Amino acid sequence: MSDISPAEWTAILLSLRVAIIATLVATPFGIALAWLLARRDFWGKSLLDALVHLPLVLPPVVTGYLLLLTFGRRGLVGGFLADHLGIVFSFRWTGAALACGVMSFPLLVRPIRLSIEAIDRRLEQAAETLGAAPWKVFFTVTLPLALPGVLAGMVLGFAKAIGEFGATITFVSNIPGETQTISSAIYSLIQTPDGDAAAGRLVIVSIALAIGALIAAEWFARRATQRLHGN
Amino acid sequence: MLRVDVEKQLGEFSLSASFSSEGRVIGLFGASGAGKSSLVNMIAGLLRPDRGTIAIDGETVDDTAAGIHVPTYRRRIGYVFQDARLFPHLSVAQNLDYGRRMNGLAPDPAQHKRIIDLLDIGALVDRRPGKLSGGERQRVALGRALLSKPRLLLLDEPLGALDEGRKLEILPYLVRLRDEANVPMVYVSHDVAELRQLATQIVMLKQGRVTSLGGVKVLT
Repeated sequence: MSDISPAEWTAILLSLRVAIIATLVATPFGIALAWLLARRDFWGKSLLDALVHLPLVLPPVVTGYLLLLTFGRRGLVGGFLADHLGIVFSFRWTGAALACGVMSFPLLVRPIRLSIEAIDRRLEQAAETLGAAPWKVFFTVTLPLALPGVLAGMVLGFAKAIGEFGATITFVSNIPGETQTISSAIYSLIQTPDGDAAAGRLVIVSIALAIGALIAAEWFARRATQRLHGN
Repeated sequence: MLRVDVEKQLGEFSLSASFSSEGRVIGLFGASGAGKSSLVNMIAGLLRPDRGTIAIDGETVDDTAAGIHVPTYRRRIGYVFQDARLFPHLSVAQNLDYGRRMNGLAPDPAQHKRIIDLLDIGALVDRRPGKLSGGERQRVALGRALLSKPRLLLLDEPLGALDEGRKLEILPYLVRLRDEANVPMVYVSHDVAELRQLATQIVMLKQGRVTSLGGVKVLT
């Protein structure tokens, strides 16, 4: 591992930054959505549920292209954000984070939703009889009990984000140092003569990160069960 | 103290109950399915009556005609459930402190100590709810409800999930509570012996209707 080149390190660190930011920004939205899907009945719920899962089944290149149309410089949302808030996504690492956030969103939401559904609602009733307003019930009972699920979702989302390729390269291209993540670096390397060794090293890094994430997610899931049983 | 006059349709079952009481412990007696729990849940605000009024300590908390429905968390009641419902992610001490924190009450060490001594739960405070026996759990649940300083304590078959031995272990605590805690209670049970020991007044329910009202003598 000691012979990882500076260029490869750049791709690895960029991937980590993109995936960490994507996960941290997506998590509050993921929690809100998971709660909505687990606890509320409203018109259009199945449509929303389908929409959340769409990036999982849509060709990534389609998701990336839709992001380009919406969040690109001339896109409806992208233009507004660039003009009014100075936030630019196209061909920037921020755009890579957005693409990764969207692509990993279904994996983030699912464990959170499952863990909220597993909570005994009678505990929330008990909290209410003790004087807790609904938002306090959420922060003192629902969220702490769902926390292992939240962490599991974050780990899975992070793992997905770090490996995302199709939507990212479509939306923000493959610029070394700016948008070239591990995946796009591997893609470039295997198209270059003599790139095999470098590609191989990045492949090993990818596999290690993915396995680490799966083990961590499993560990959090086990913690969830313990927590619900009060041990 | 407590005035109830409500109607509620729950599927095939219709509940229509009216009583008022100044008693220290109102025993709500009836077979399972008589509507006792639904009635208590309406007093707690967890269930909304179709029609009628409920007043606790002179405050109207439900009045369907006037569109009043005070949410549970503002009713200042305590509720002890059959299954304790301690928060599994909190220690016993944190469970006991929960109501005080949620209501923004100042710490009251004297009251805290009094209730912990009354219920003999001082040795349990550092444990997790998962490590308690059924009887211990129920005593902690009682303490948790009392420490939120309720103006009315609702107990829905608090001994229902315990075996005979455990029941006999908890009953004396309930008697002490009645005599020393100075909080009016609604005690739901289908057990005549329990109510004879605890209640000062009985409301008898049968298939969703109040069939008798009065002292413990009506339990024959």
